[in-house]
Formats: sequence, C-alpha cells, structure tokens
Amino acid sequence: MSLVRVENLGKSYNAQTKVLKDVSFNVEAGEFVSIIGPSGAGKSTLLRCINRMVEIDEGNVVFDGQDVGSLNKKELRKMRTNIGMIFQHYNLVPRLSVIENVLHGRFGYKTTLQGILGKFTEDEKEQAFYLLKKLGIEDHAYKRCDQLSGGQQQRVGIARALIQDPKIVLCDEPIASLDPNASKVIMDYLKSITMELNITCIVNLHQVEIARDYSDRIIGLSKGGIVFDGPSYKLTTDSTDLIYGTTTPKVEKRQLVTV
Amino acid sequence: MRKQRKWQTILFAMIIIVLTYLSSDITDFNIVHGIATLPDAVIWMFSNLFVTQESLERLPKILGKLAETILMSIAATTTGTVVALFLGLMGSKTTGTSNALAMFARFIASVARNIPVVAWALILLLSFGQNSVTGYLALFVGSVGFLTRAFIESIDEASQSAVEALRATGATYFQIVYKAVIPQCLPQMISWILFMIETNIRSATLVGILTGTGIGYSFDLYYKTLNYNAVALVTLCIVLSVIVIELMSNHIRKVIL
Repeated sequence: MSLVRVENLGKSYNAQTKVLKDVSFNVEAGEFVSIIGPSGAGKSTLLRCINRMVEIDEGNVVFDGQDVGSLNKKELRKMRTNIGMIFQHYNLVPRLSVIENVLHGRFGYKTTLQGILGKFTEDEKEQAFYLLKKLGIEDHAYKRCDQLSGGQQQRVGIARALIQDPKIVLCDEPIASLDPNASKVIMDYLKSITMELNITCIVNLHQVEIARDYSDRIIGLSKGGIVFDGPSYKLTTDSTDLIYGTTTPKVEKRQLVTV
Repeated sequence: MRKQRKWQTILFAMIIIVLTYLSSDITDFNIVHGIATLPDAVIWMFSNLFVTQESLERLPKILGKLAETILMSIAATTTGTVVALFLGLMGSKTTGTSNALAMFARFIASVARNIPVVAWALILLLSFGQNSVTGYLALFVGSVGFLTRAFIESIDEASQSAVEALRATGATYFQIVYKAVIPQCLPQMISWILFMIETNIRSATLVGILTGTGIGYSFDLYYKTLNYNAVALVTLCIVLSVIVIELMSNHIRKVIL
C-alpha cells in the first residue's frame, strides 16, 4: 500500500482561481520524489495539503492509511508527528539556540506542560546531538540560530524534521535561498540521510537539473495540474517545456533569398 | 503640467490661510496677541518658578508622592501587560484561534486606546471616587489598549514562520506560544512595556490632578495655594524622574536587542 495517496485533490483560495485541479498521484515508502514547476503552479499548496497545513477543498489525501481531511485536531497532531517539514526560509526561532530548535521537533510527542517546561529525556537529547553531528554542525549546538549561515540554518531545519522520527519528510523549496555550494550540501544530506533511515521524501524544487540528479521520480506541475509524472530519466526537454510553458529554440531553417 | 501643480500649491496654501483665519476668528484667538504676550509669560516663569530654600524643605514629602506615582505607573503597566498579552495572542493573525475572538480583542483594544486616559480617569472617578484605585484603573485601561495593539503587531511580524514550522511538527497551541512566539517577540515586547512605563509616569501626573493622588495632587495643591516655588520643585522632580527612567529603559533596550 502506498504511503501517500492523493486522489482528485482540488484547492482554491478564492472563487476565481483554482490553485490545484484534480491532482492524483501515489508515493511509495522510501521514494525520493521531486515536484517541479514554475512559481505559482501550486507546489507549496500541494505539499501543505499532505500534512493539512492548508485545508483540503476537494478530493482526498490518504497518509499511511488515514484520510487526512477527516482527522480531528488531536488525530491531526498525532499524524503530523510522522511528517517532517523543511522550509525555504528554514522557519527556525532565530533567537533560540540550535539545540533548542532541534528539540522543538519533539513537541508532537509531548504533553503541553512537558513542552512548555522543556522536559526532554536523555535519549531525545542524545538523538539531537547525534543528528547535529551527522549534519556536521554539532560545534554550533549552543549558538543562537541567527548567528548561523543559511546553509547551516537549513541543516538545523533538517535535524528538527528528522528528530520527529518521521515516515516522510516534505521539503518546500529547501535550497531556493541558498548559493549553489550550500544547495549541493543540503541536497546531499537530504538524499543520504533519507536513504539511510529509509524515510520517504517529497521535495519541491524549481531547478530541473537538481531534480533530475537527486530524485528517483519527478512530478511536473503546471497551473495546478500534473503534466508529467515518471522516473527522472524520462524527463525530456519536451516535458520541461510543457511544465514551464517555454519553447526551447529549435534550429531555424534559413532561406536564401536571391534577387 | 507644471503650471497646474503650481496652481494647486497656491490654492492649497490659500485654503489653509483662510481656515486658520476663520478658526481663530470664531474662537476669538488672536495670534498676534498670543505671540506678543510670550515674553511676559517667560519673564513670569523665571521670576516665580524657581526652587527656594523654603520649598526644598518640602522635598521629602514630594519625593514620597513621586515614588507613589512611579510605583503606581509600573503596577498599572505590568498588570496591563498580562491582560494585553492574552488579548494580543487572541488578536494576532498568526496565533489567533478564531475570528470572533480576534474581533473581540481588537475591539477592546481600540475602545481602551481611543478614549484618552484623562477621559477614563473622569469616567472612573464617578464610580470609584477620588483615590488611587481610580488613577490606577485609568492607567491600566490605557496600557491594555496600547500594549494589545503593539503586541499584535510584534507577534504578527516576528513569529509567523516559526509558528508554521512548529504547527507542522504537531506541537500544541501553548507549546507554540511559549517556545516560539514569546522567545521571538520578547525583546520587542519588553521595549514596548518600557515605553509604556515612561508614558504612564507622564500621564500619572495628569491623572493624579484629577483623582487627587500622587505627585499630580501635590502639583495641584501647591499651584492652587499659589506656592509657585514648590510647583517648580515638583515639576523639576517629574522631569528628572522621566529623564532617568528614559535613560534606563534606553540602556535596557540596547542590552536586550
């Protein structure tokens, strides 16, 4: 059974424009899927429908056998502990230390009071340091997040998602505000760690090349609908044109005009 | 095009001159006379408003009243902060739980803020009488109104992204508030609270005149008994204390931000 099943998903923020139209796809456990498409294609909305950070208007999203749209508040919280999320702007609390931000990922497993008092078990703290070490930023554990570079902050974001012990990680443009070097580091970490821990990963990207290099499968989104879904190697120039609505210049035939 | 703009400027200036003239005519206010009497007023101030040996003897009493006023301002601000924090969380777009509650919070804030503190003091005077409770309540209501507004802005501005991230991890509402919103907004909130204490000390003087408490009462008393030297001393004390508090809060702000 697929880990994520999206069936005829539709979403609109206002009456005029539909952000998503009749989107359907399945993601199997352990897959590394990239969703590519131009800005405004609905990538972020699609991702946020999976953990219901935005409400689902039409259709169904089934995660791990549960219908996401019909969960009540408590069940939704419980489901979200199984879904890690990584953001373009890292979405850390900049004034808190790295380790505090990482441990925020455990809140879903705690009661309100435990969370407020910051009661974390030794195992959780060890796990946090283990992840920071794995991501190469254990030296910065006690620094404030706003003193870190963008790439380092995104690694904190990854650690926060992984400490949830998630079945799936949703990444919303994780490298869109990073330089090429930092982008490569982040994508390498995402790929290797999700493979090692056997975590499913859905990444929103707008760089086609990176999507092709890292993912097993690519979903192309354009104007709220899926226009390409298949293994990365099958993505041709024609399909990128379809996704981005561009036309790759073809060699023009020149005519010799003689008078 | 340029000519048109020039005409607009001239027309605008004419309107302002006419309005000024009309309003001073209606209210019997003579600008020339007002400016002419200014030197006299300054001379009067310098000849009457100075601190003498005799008025200095009243200093301990005045300082006692001043301390009372400052403490009351601080108490009104801190208790107002607690209420404003809840209203701010309710009214903010990032942390608000329902539209009805947000409307309610914003309504309370705007009523409390848009009625001047002096008006609050007079309204509350009717039900609570001339005592420090009235003064305290007037400042409290004003603080709640202003701080709620300021907190809503701070919360919306500072913590949207972190709130989204914590919501995605399955954190509960209060976990998010305590661990993301408050740590992120704290410096700004403290800055607003300090500003509110400064403002309240200033307003407390005025409110004190109405409610017959604190330093405002001393001012009123000496003023009405024509003891202008004591009035000068009281004013000096108020100015000095406001300056000291301002310097202190500026320093605190520098350290925390």
